[in-house]
Amino acid sequence: MSSLLARFAENAFWMARYVERVENLARILDVNETFARDAHGVQEWRPILRLHSDEEVFFEHYKVADAKSVVRFYTIDRRNPNCIVNAIHGARENARSLRHLISLETWTQINTFWNWAADLRAHDLSLNNLSRLCSQIKEGCELHTGIARNTMYRDQVWLFYQLGELIERCDQTTRLVDIKYHALTPLTESAGSPVDVGQWNALLRSVAGYHGYRRIFPRQMTPATVSRFILFDPHFPRSMTFCVGDIRELIHDLLNQEELAQAKFPMFAVNALEKMRYPKHSDIEPAKMHAFLDDVQVKLMDLTKDIDTVFFQSETRAA
Amino acid sequence: MAKLLSSYDAGEFFCELTGRGGRQATHAAKIRTRLNRMSSIGLRRRAAAAERELHSLGITFTVYSERDAIDRVLPFDVVPRVLSPADWQHIEDGCKQRVQAINLFLHDIYHDKKILKDKVVPRDLVTRNANYRKEMEGVDLPHGTYVSIAGIDIVRGGNGRFQVLEDNARTPSGVSYVIENRHLMLRAFPDLADGIGIRPVSDYGMRLREVLSEIAPEGIDDPQVVLLSPGVFNSAYFEHVFLAREMGVPLVEGRDLVVQDDRVHMITTGGLMPVDVIYRRVDDNFLDPEVFNPGSLLGVPGLMRVYKKGRIALANAIGTGVADDKAIYAYMPRIIKYYLDQDQILDNVETYLCREKDGLAYTLDNLDKLVSKPVGESGGYGVVIGPRATRAELAEARKAIERRPRNYIAQPMIELSVCPTLIGNALEPRHVDLRPFIITGKQSWVLPGGLTRVALRKGSLVVNSSQGGGTKDTWVLE
Repeated sequence: MSSLLARFAENAFWMARYVERVENLARILDVNETFARDAHGVQEWRPILRLHSDEEVFFEHYKVADAKSVVRFYTIDRRNPNCIVNAIHGARENARSLRHLISLETWTQINTFWNWAADLRAHDLSLNNLSRLCSQIKEGCELHTGIARNTMYRDQVWLFYQLGELIERCDQTTRLVDIKYHALTPLTESAGSPVDVGQWNALLRSVAGYHGYRRIFPRQMTPATVSRFILFDPHFPRSMTFCVGDIRELIHDLLNQEELAQAKFPMFAVNALEKMRYPKHSDIEPAKMHAFLDDVQVKLMDLTKDIDTVFFQSETRAA
Repeated sequence: MAKLLSSYDAGEFFCELTGRGGRQATHAAKIRTRLNRMSSIGLRRRAAAAERELHSLGITFTVYSERDAIDRVLPFDVVPRVLSPADWQHIEDGCKQRVQAINLFLHDIYHDKKILKDKVVPRDLVTRNANYRKEMEGVDLPHGTYVSIAGIDIVRGGNGRFQVLEDNARTPSGVSYVIENRHLMLRAFPDLADGIGIRPVSDYGMRLREVLSEIAPEGIDDPQVVLLSPGVFNSAYFEHVFLAREMGVPLVEGRDLVVQDDRVHMITTGGLMPVDVIYRRVDDNFLDPEVFNPGSLLGVPGLMRVYKKGRIALANAIGTGVADDKAIYAYMPRIIKYYLDQDQILDNVETYLCREKDGLAYTLDNLDKLVSKPVGESGGYGVVIGPRATRAELAEARKAIERRPRNYIAQPMIELSVCPTLIGNALEPRHVDLRPFIITGKQSWVLPGGLTRVALRKGSLVVNSSQGGGTKDTWVLE
């Protein structure tokens, strides 16, 4: 294996993060359209804005948070830096910088994906087409991930790529549960009602966890079981417990590289996250859930900052 | 069904595929037969598939407008240009000779300046040239190689004779298209190429890497080579990616490099790593803000200091632009004679220097018959083709030349050779040129073929991609 330019490590990390972000966003939009209805059968779109802390930016451009506006805002509205088209562009631009280090197949797919996304127009977003559109986006992301996994050379680029993917996934999962937990727990009073089950259903589906959950909890669907599954099931690939386990291994793999033998990586954030993988019951009682998830997010940010400083050499490069 | 080439008529031009009157180009007979077996619709379909592939592969150059960045595919024509072994040998020998002379010339003008003292080339043409770099005086380079990568633009006149139109000794581009065009062609037309015996182009990257290792600073066995690009916004970025991948070297930007302890380093995930050879696709002016353009963000501060100490190799060297100047070009036959004591193998196009009294007078008297060019421009800008220009354009050209005669040269109009080109559903003659690539470390090697550019507009002689040009695959037969 050979040395890797710090900038390329950053490109690999962000290419993966953007693709992961796109996939999550597509899932959330899709599921919301299908399953998220309140007690009166009305779709709630505002929680999606809350989830991404986008309410302020959104209302600068739109009057009401209805399906049409929110979908547009998160798909093709280039004024929103986090919209799907911008994120695909971000992935593609990182891939473009990295092009000589990734497989031709990986590049070609993401480039074609971007060419397709750049052509999306308002009329492609009609609600009766939304589910199909979201599927296409998800498939684009999954195709990317599959091609990358099957073709990329196993070197530092690959390790940083996975690191970006997992940190983003862990971030998305914890954020999603955090928001939904708040929004949904009051409904536990009417637990068992069809609407309630629909909400938890939606949450599970938005993380592609429904089938796994059903195998582990075939007869239950409560806030506690669903959130525990999504956050802590060690075999569910989007759970925080799963992601953090892999993140820790990746950091170790990186530090075992000959070229990184001199790197001084502070293990504080990784160790803290490791401890949170299997929390005590008292740490995640409903009242403490938010604080717990907030702490996970803070540690993920710390970890990202450490990666930035040590591996991406942000200080040397800024000098 | 009519045969594809049956209605093709190259007129009075020399045709690369049919020769003249369809009789002379015997080397391409087999290819003509095979083309004739294809239908125009089939050809069109395969061409469309090839174009789609270029888009998917991102073999594009980026055009920036105020609002958008648009990725354009350089148009690719599917009918190959075919060179006979004898023609190629002639071109290859001529290119090597020229590069050898250019390297000797550059070494001389940055050292003893014998050629100026002997008054073979006017002193001011060299020392007052905008691309002359005083900083290079007395700097010794391994093997005296200044120009490691050269591209020489060659055209073929009505009589079938090859002539050099221009030397590119700075950062010639286009080689990626040569190789990608071949891949594309072999995928789209395996039946056309089958059993023909075409000299391969795919080892260019390996050979370039070897050449770059040969020019490494003394005492370094396994040099770290990098390719320095201005970045993703550069229109030739695809080529930089391509070459970095083919050579297996990091594609760096100025911001990835730092000078420390008299060496150039790259910033890796594990810290600073020394770099020994830089294939730079950044112009001289932007290479080191400490010495050249102080506002440049594309370069590496301190690079020139390290270079002068012989601790980093650059390809091409700094200050090679003085050798591919359009005015110096006129002296190339004399430069070759002076250093090599040989006659030129490839002819120059007759050139009138407006800096000289006779040249200026002749140019102004014959402006409507000549092609006039500003000496400092590239990409075909400012070129006025007399016989095709309007009166207003001629008047404007005259004014410009009278104002700054030193800035202009003029040449007779050459009727560039043509090649059958797919236009709509038919094959029509379009003008082509040829840019072979010559790479030089200890010695020179010429990539068999080179970039054939084609002017897609009917009758146009301007092949530049910025002005409606496309490319073709170039086949050198075994």
